[in-house]
Amino acid sequence: MPKAFLIDTSRCTACRGCQVACKEWHELPANKTKQWGSHQNPPDLNPFNYKLVRFSESLENGKIKWFFFPDQCRHCIDPPCKNEAEGYMDGAVIQDEKTGAVLFTDLTAKLAPEACEAVRAACPYDIPRWDEKSGLLTKCTMCFDRVSNGMLPACVKVCPTGTMNFGERAEMLELAEKRLAEAKKTYPNATLADADSVNTIFLLMDEPQKYHKHVVASVRTGLNRKQFLSSVFGPLRRPMQRAVRA
Amino acid sequence: MTNHWIDIKNADAILIMGSNAAEHHPISFKWVLDAKSRGAVVMHVDPKFSRTSARSDFHVPLRSGTDIAFLGGMINYIIEKDKYFKDYVVNYTNASLLVADAFGFENGLFSGYDPAARKYDRTQWAFQLDDDKVPKRDPSLNDPRCVFQLMKQHYSRYTLDDVSDITGVSKEDLVKVYEAYSATGAPDKAGTMLYALGWTQHTVGVQNIRAAAILQLLLGNMGIAGGGINALRGEPNVQGSTDHTLLYHLVPGYMAMPIADWQTLADYHKANTPVSYDPQSANWWQNKPKYFNSLLKGWFGENATKENDFGYGMLPKIEKGANYSYLFLFDRMYQGKIEGGFIFGLNPMNSVPNSNKLRKAMDNLDWLVTVDVHHSETTDNWRRPGVDPKSVKTEVFLLPSAHRLEKDGTVTNSGRWQLWHYKAVEPPGEARTFGDMLVDLMNKVRTLYTENSGAFADPILKIDWPKRYDADEMARRINGVFTVDTKVKDKEYKKGQLVPSFVALADDGSTSSLEWLYCGSYTEEDGNKTKRRDPKQTPMQAAIGLYPNWAWCWPVNRRILYNRASVNLEGQPYAPNKAVIQWQDGKWVGDVPDGGWPPMATGEGKHPFIMTVHGFGQHYGPGRMEGPFPEHYEPVETPVKSHPFSKQLNNPCYVSVSSDMDILAEPADPRYPIVLTTYNVTEHWCGGGETRNVPNLLEAEPQLYVEMSPELAEEKGIKNGDGVIIESARGRAEAIAMVTVRMRPLKIQGKIVHEIGMPFCFGWTTPGSGDSTNRLTPSVGDPNTSIPEFKACLVNVKKADKLTELA
Repeated sequence: MPKAFLIDTSRCTACRGCQVACKEWHELPANKTKQWGSHQNPPDLNPFNYKLVRFSESLENGKIKWFFFPDQCRHCIDPPCKNEAEGYMDGAVIQDEKTGAVLFTDLTAKLAPEACEAVRAACPYDIPRWDEKSGLLTKCTMCFDRVSNGMLPACVKVCPTGTMNFGERAEMLELAEKRLAEAKKTYPNATLADADSVNTIFLLMDEPQKYHKHVVASVRTGLNRKQFLSSVFGPLRRPMQRAVRA
Repeated sequence: MTNHWIDIKNADAILIMGSNAAEHHPISFKWVLDAKSRGAVVMHVDPKFSRTSARSDFHVPLRSGTDIAFLGGMINYIIEKDKYFKDYVVNYTNASLLVADAFGFENGLFSGYDPAARKYDRTQWAFQLDDDKVPKRDPSLNDPRCVFQLMKQHYSRYTLDDVSDITGVSKEDLVKVYEAYSATGAPDKAGTMLYALGWTQHTVGVQNIRAAAILQLLLGNMGIAGGGINALRGEPNVQGSTDHTLLYHLVPGYMAMPIADWQTLADYHKANTPVSYDPQSANWWQNKPKYFNSLLKGWFGENATKENDFGYGMLPKIEKGANYSYLFLFDRMYQGKIEGGFIFGLNPMNSVPNSNKLRKAMDNLDWLVTVDVHHSETTDNWRRPGVDPKSVKTEVFLLPSAHRLEKDGTVTNSGRWQLWHYKAVEPPGEARTFGDMLVDLMNKVRTLYTENSGAFADPILKIDWPKRYDADEMARRINGVFTVDTKVKDKEYKKGQLVPSFVALADDGSTSSLEWLYCGSYTEEDGNKTKRRDPKQTPMQAAIGLYPNWAWCWPVNRRILYNRASVNLEGQPYAPNKAVIQWQDGKWVGDVPDGGWPPMATGEGKHPFIMTVHGFGQHYGPGRMEGPFPEHYEPVETPVKSHPFSKQLNNPCYVSVSSDMDILAEPADPRYPIVLTTYNVTEHWCGGGETRNVPNLLEAEPQLYVEMSPELAEEKGIKNGDGVIIESARGRAEAIAMVTVRMRPLKIQGKIVHEIGMPFCFGWTTPGSGDSTNRLTPSVGDPNTSIPEFKACLVNVKKADKLTELA
């Protein structure tokens, strides 16, 4: 049974402890950022931010809504990025059997830029980022080193409110159902995002698109044809591409 | 806090007001959300919709500086609708006490006001005493001179219409909060109030909290689990430093700083030791001479003797009425009356109002020693933008200090828990702890005095000063020791052994203690209790999340203050499921009770509010500078010319300094029509001097911004992300516009008033981040504490043609 995250956004206060702890644990350098009219900074995921709290606000019928989305890799059960990458090279993207962690290895640096872009595009959640300088594809590692040594991922360890949870998938699903039942009392639209297909399960208080456009795979918009095919037929294309490259 | 962090989970209603708890005290929301899961209603009343509001059941925006109007309206609502907890109010509060005839209130002023001195003759606010000098009471609460009736009359003016008109809160929202919160007036319900600088940093700061206290006493919310008045203190050990009194008007343990009128120890004690003739009043401060004399003994050791008043004569005495708070200190510096000084771990050039004046004031110093982890706007003031360093005469020293992770010691959290923390790494390079530096510095001064003599050498040479700084040794001195062999009950203590609790402190020189409230933290029996990390608890304690063996808590490990108010006269808890203490088989169980006397019904009991003279919770508080009842007054800089409650526009006693740079806007000044409030951010610590040097935090909040409503932005032609200029009567600042629906225009007296908000954590030593927001704020303060009015002033805003500070 793999491990899983439960990210309960109904408890998130956007303190960004997770965002900063992730950087600290992975010893990622700071980006030079600017205030751009939002608390969301850096504005997007990048090679030095595997975890980013996204902010989304609106005024609905005189009521202010402010959603926080601690975005990160979903560690998909059947990861399209891995399937896509294997079309180019074995071992660049791997999935740890024991934890279910989807990991980008140093071999990603050997992928051609187009291949990196294809892996990126394969992700229905817009997570992977390409570090132009090192050539590596980057994203959340599930703190594989920590978890392998019996520790919690850094983002979970620092969370003060119980938003970030981590454990056996079965336990997290159980907790998710319990929290969902509670959340539904206050937020009738509350849902679990793609719980069947991912190991990073988000509990949402409202419709996914109110948080961010890539919260669930199904609401992904603006795909070009290549991206669409990649996401749907990735696994099927693999033998074909191998043939081509051979 | 009267209660503690975990205890928030026991609340049925949580009113967060004057605080952005989720952003500035993130851990608080662990417990707020826990309470919410159990069905508590969480309300956030604040000018800005913040991350706190996002996780609350609802948010109510109000105009900065109108909290007393809002709370006064709630007091009126509770009394009118009979929502108060009558038994509690009669038995445990001063509602039934009769007030003497001299007290009155007219046109916004209480009796005894002297306009020339801007002060009250507070003797006019006394209680009526019987022949035994015990306050007269009317338990029926019907006497027109009883506190309850006077309070009822006072707040009857705070109608929903008038409160709504001046706060900008709709009547529906007022009723929503009042109704939800006043439901905690039921005996088994608990309501907690969480506040921070949003209540204190006003010219009516103290009275904001007094208003909260009145509400909590009316609803029976003091002393109970899930109740209390809970000040969320700042990270930099604010609770600990307050207890040890980094304030000019107090000495450690909340005792008065000696003034020139009190030349002898007897004078001091006569003026400061309260007397009660009521056998049912514990009047705990009657013990003050024991605590003060033990403090003198702690300071002067063997040189403190009965014959020399324990060294009292060696203490400096301040002039009566003189104000040595930083507003006044920097004003004197501006006038050239200060030659030099030390600034330890503080960045006043960024975090004190009217920064432009302060920065100039510091140029007047001949010498300055700054002690910090990083360069800051204060350490580097001599080379600030627009100033030629050659023109600054000050000789500046910067001593590198150790970071808190580089030293052993204790931190006292908001819940009064004193916790030991261990050094994680050695300080780098030549960096040293403040303690090391101060001890060595004083020893050097002592050597110089010994070798060369000097003016008034006694306090310097006769102080009991250590050779080296040692945190453990300091913790022992703070707790205190016996100075002679002593027997306490059946137990013998040798000279030099630790005093077991403040009950054993004496006024005869046989004990020392550098802080009586911390006496009991380090004992012969249990060692250094601040190091305890044992979660052991009884089932009764477990029910309310009380951990008596985890660290140590002042006073005497009592986790909830005034807890004898949580039980009825028979000693049985009003809320049995959340009992704090209970009288069982002839003793108290649960928390450490506020005094071990038996329940009141036995006739041997003492009133539960033991720190007040008469033993009652104070609806009527005759000790404050501007009146016994909180009254709405506008901020000194206000967007209105009048308010509905009286003709007295501002606090009649607020303090201020005057210089050519202390300019104030007129009421409703057309040049500055917008209200500015200022605040911290999650990602930076206070003035930002430390955290701007942490790249990952600067990445998350890189530059000064101003939050404003889309309506104001449109009026001013400003778009989200634009550079803007904010101007007050004192200065200007550049910021990036954050145009957000989270700021709402407010309707005040029929007109739209805009409010904007800015953090104050950015400064010029972090290039491109912006510079001090406090160039805009005024040097005006609360008359009780002199805390400045950071939370409300007047500004204007316009789009910037060009940015230099944010380039």
